[in-house]
Amino acid sequence: MIPPAAPPAHTPASTQSRVLAAGARPMVEAQRVSVRYGKHVAVEDVTVSIGRQQITALVGPSGCGKTSFLGTLNRLSDLIPGCEVAGRVSVDGEDIRARGFDLVGLRRRVGMIFQKPNPFPLSVRRNLEFPLREHGVRDRARVAEVVEQSLRNVGLWAEVKDRLDAPALALSGGQQQRLCIARALALEPDVLLMDEPCSALDPLSSGVVEDLIGQLRAQYTVLIVTHNLAQARRIADNVALFWAQGGPGRLVEHAPTEAFFESPRDPLTIAYVGGLRG
Amino acid sequence: MSPSHRDRALGWVLRATAALVAAIVVLIVAFLVVESAGVLRKLGPLRFLTDPSWHPTSGSFDLTAMLLGSLLVTVGAVVLATPAGVASALFCRYYAPAPLAKLYGRMIEVLAGIPSVIYGMWGLMVLVPLIGKWQPPGPSLLAAVLILTLMILPTIALFSDAALAKVPDRYVRGAAALGLTRWATLRGVVLPAARSGLFTGVLLGMGRAIGETMAVLMVCGNVVQTPGSLFDPIRPLTANIALEMGYALGDHRSALFVSGLVLMGMVVVLVGTAELVSRGRLHG
Ligand SMILES: Nc1ncnc2c1ncn2[C@@H]1O[C@H](COP(=O)(O)OP(=O)(O)O)[C@@H](O)[C@H]1O
Ligand SMILES: [Mg+2]
Repeated sequence: MIPPAAPPAHTPASTQSRVLAAGARPMVEAQRVSVRYGKHVAVEDVTVSIGRQQITALVGPSGCGKTSFLGTLNRLSDLIPGCEVAGRVSVDGEDIRARGFDLVGLRRRVGMIFQKPNPFPLSVRRNLEFPLREHGVRDRARVAEVVEQSLRNVGLWAEVKDRLDAPALALSGGQQQRLCIARALALEPDVLLMDEPCSALDPLSSGVVEDLIGQLRAQYTVLIVTHNLAQARRIADNVALFWAQGGPGRLVEHAPTEAFFESPRDPLTIAYVGGLRG
Repeated sequence: MSPSHRDRALGWVLRATAALVAAIVVLIVAFLVVESAGVLRKLGPLRFLTDPSWHPTSGSFDLTAMLLGSLLVTVGAVVLATPAGVASALFCRYYAPAPLAKLYGRMIEVLAGIPSVIYGMWGLMVLVPLIGKWQPPGPSLLAAVLILTLMILPTIALFSDAALAKVPDRYVRGAAALGLTRWATLRGVVLPAARSGLFTGVLLGMGRAIGETMAVLMVCGNVVQTPGSLFDPIRPLTANIALEMGYALGDHRSALFVSGLVLMGMVVVLVGTAELVSRGRLHG
């Protein structure tokens, strides 16, 4: 599907070409996306293309609209009263903001991991089974297989295989977060949105989850919000800097990780990267 | 008085009030026990379950028909009011547009505050004749169940709403992010998460149903019998006490206190269960 109109030339000239090879079809595309909460504009005019099977880190100070932007990509922003989104968002070429768009299908394809692990107050097994069944995977053997495979994929199988029927909330924070990732992966999404998935975890668990995210690159398109620039540098292929200078948050720079840290172009990036380095 | 003195004085006032309330509860139970002790000792507790009928003036003290009446109206009302109350709370919190939800919530609160005699009047004038036209005589187990359902519905709805309000938003957002429909989210995540709070509401509604007297008395027909169908008149224990207390003497009077003790016991079991369940929630 071809977008109806070329995006207006408001994009920071530097960003697009450095990230996507010419002719590559992006997995996620935002064109002039703005987010408002009532009168308060949280995100303005973000245009960005996210390549397939890459990890893109969204960085920037608190309140610059990273979470708000992420919410437009699976339309979770629909749930927030008073939240209005403008612009065009497409996933795999499809305009997800089109009227009557299949939200259930969208959210199956675009998984989300939250800052605070949010397993349901059910057993470990039910946490995985329930969404699967709701998405039509009914065959018992198949469900059991996917449950095990998903837990293996996040390195949790050995830890929980003997207590699959114990409450998920009895797991440690890091285990809960990996369970949430397993729960999202069980639905075989194309895209994973992660909103500071490590920041509520202790350093050890954080390291485990970070390693896990690094391994997702091969199969998934990952957008991860992080405050930890070192983490962004370790796992991301591309980095996008958001910034709100007294006004709404904007995309300041989007570049391959190496370039972002070694040869940033925008003065804000230079200051941000430099400030944290020095 | 200095502030610390005032603090101490307040402390004593509160303590005294609490002690008074506790003492009254103990006194009521003691009173029931003392008043029923005579007949219990004289006849033995078994007579109240095995006598052929309830003819207390001629020495026949069977409570089973009325006990069954109490249980049937209570169970019937709980069975009807629980889904209705939970559904109304779900509707309010997850489906109704905000202004409607607010209006509806107010209506439920009003419903909770209507005096039971008014429910009884309405039942007597509207519900009983309707049932009578369909399946005579009209005053019946069914009428009592329906009136009690209306009366405990607001209790269950209000407690359910409070229980749903406590379900963390992150579960709902997490479920939405997994592409679960709203109904699947409610069924699979929200209701299980709110389970113990919902259960507490149902138990309290049940307690209200067991103890309700006036409204039931007005519509149940008050015939002491084991009902053969929903349309038969019945007499629950509470109605029996209210009807006969005015003139009962001797063993008859004591027997009414025995039925009071039985009711009290049922309520204590319910409250105890509710307590255990809500404690379970605090620790789980
Ligand atoms: N639900 C909301 N209602 C109103 N304002 C909000 C809401 N969520 C976020 N905001 C505002 O939008 C701006 C961006 O917030 P957010 O997207 O959470 O930023 P970040 O994730 O980068 O910290 C902030 O000014 C914040 O106060
Ligand atoms: Mg955020």
